[in-house]
Amino acid sequence: MSEPLQQSDIDQEIAALAGTAADHPARDYTPYRSTRLRHPRQPLVPIKDPEAVELSGPVFGVTDVTPTDNDLTKQHMGEPLGERITVQGRVLDRDGRPVRNQLVEVWQANASGRYLHQRDDHPAPLDPNFTGVGRCLTGDDGSYRFTTIKPGAYPWRNHVNAWRPAHIHFSLFGSSFTQRLVTQMYFPGDPLFPYDPILQSVTDESARQRLIASYAHELSVPEFSLGYRWDIVLDGPAATWMEEGC
Amino acid sequence: MNPTPSQTVGPFYGYALPFPGGGDIALGGIAVHGYVYDGAGEPVPDALLEFWQADSRGQVRGAPGSLRRDPTSGAVLGRDGVTFTGFGRVATDRDGHWTLRTVEPANGYISVCVFARGLLRHLYTRIYLGRDAFLDSLPPERRQTLVAVEEREGVRRFDIHLQGEKETVFLDFG
Repeated sequence: MSEPLQQSDIDQEIAALAGTAADHPARDYTPYRSTRLRHPRQPLVPIKDPEAVELSGPVFGVTDVTPTDNDLTKQHMGEPLGERITVQGRVLDRDGRPVRNQLVEVWQANASGRYLHQRDDHPAPLDPNFTGVGRCLTGDDGSYRFTTIKPGAYPWRNHVNAWRPAHIHFSLFGSSFTQRLVTQMYFPGDPLFPYDPILQSVTDESARQRLIASYAHELSVPEFSLGYRWDIVLDGPAATWMEEGC
Repeated sequence: MNPTPSQTVGPFYGYALPFPGGGDIALGGIAVHGYVYDGAGEPVPDALLEFWQADSRGQVRGAPGSLRRDPTSGAVLGRDGVTFTGFGRVATDRDGHWTLRTVEPANGYISVCVFARGLLRHLYTRIYLGRDAFLDSLPPERRQTLVAVEEREGVRRFDIHLQGEKETVFLDFG
């Protein structure tokens, strides 16, 4: 048996890889141990076909989302525990154009850092008034908005005393399948940032900052919730040739 | 504008992303099924696959309704059985297995997007159901990783190897 991995081991590995300029994490980022057997070793094969199916993408509409899906505090009889927050922002493509009428999905731990998932055995309490799943469609200006509670940090087993900073998982669709994005939104000033190999897998400081929401006082709702703003820019070629008919 | 970085889907998406009928893009056509494997040849029980495809006439205009909801309870009813949305989503079972039921797209391939715990950025691949010029451009030993093998009439097998000797060809759209 090898010695259990300590935070100091992970810190050294993170430091050795820090600073590489890239918008996205390398898939073989070793400080996050689960990447080890789950990344391809062969280079990706480029596709330059203008007729590629991936240059169009799935569409969603009013039948796929209910008007209350974006309020995660209203899914049960009672109020969930925790700090109520409002998260708002816009989904844009790389040219800054709004991604309209597209599906945004979120999921998160509850205020104690526990997911409503059988495989989450963190002994923090479940909250009978919180599931932690939301959806909405973006508006004509690419805007989305969720009302929820601030998720808690939680431990995981990447190494001894590994803790994930509080985050909300986001899933986003663009106008083309090539713009698909699954990511995580973090909260400003979290002391766990430097210790977390998943956030640090984004090795470029300015790219990492794009995963962190800003506290936005104007989005705070008086007597109700604290506001955060987080804009999202989708990578990949957009389906410009599809837009006319939309 | 600079893009928002990708992060792993993690292990806990299961109560948020999969939906009833997610693997039934259309009934009455073919079934495509297989396993997702890691670099040690072990099945991946926490992968999420998404599919996007043309219809049987080659049209790639999707339609809403994959996640159709009950307006009374808000529950996910799923597809109406008539509308072709072109989109599918399936989480792997505990043994790494997945199944998609759909119609053969006229252009010969189904696009696949792979998410998993341990995968910091999703991967694209394609399920080819027949010959194609793109396949011919690949080395023969790698070409086969993109071809669904007919097991019996109407049932095709397509395994995804994230790493290793049988590593699937993954695609870059720039």
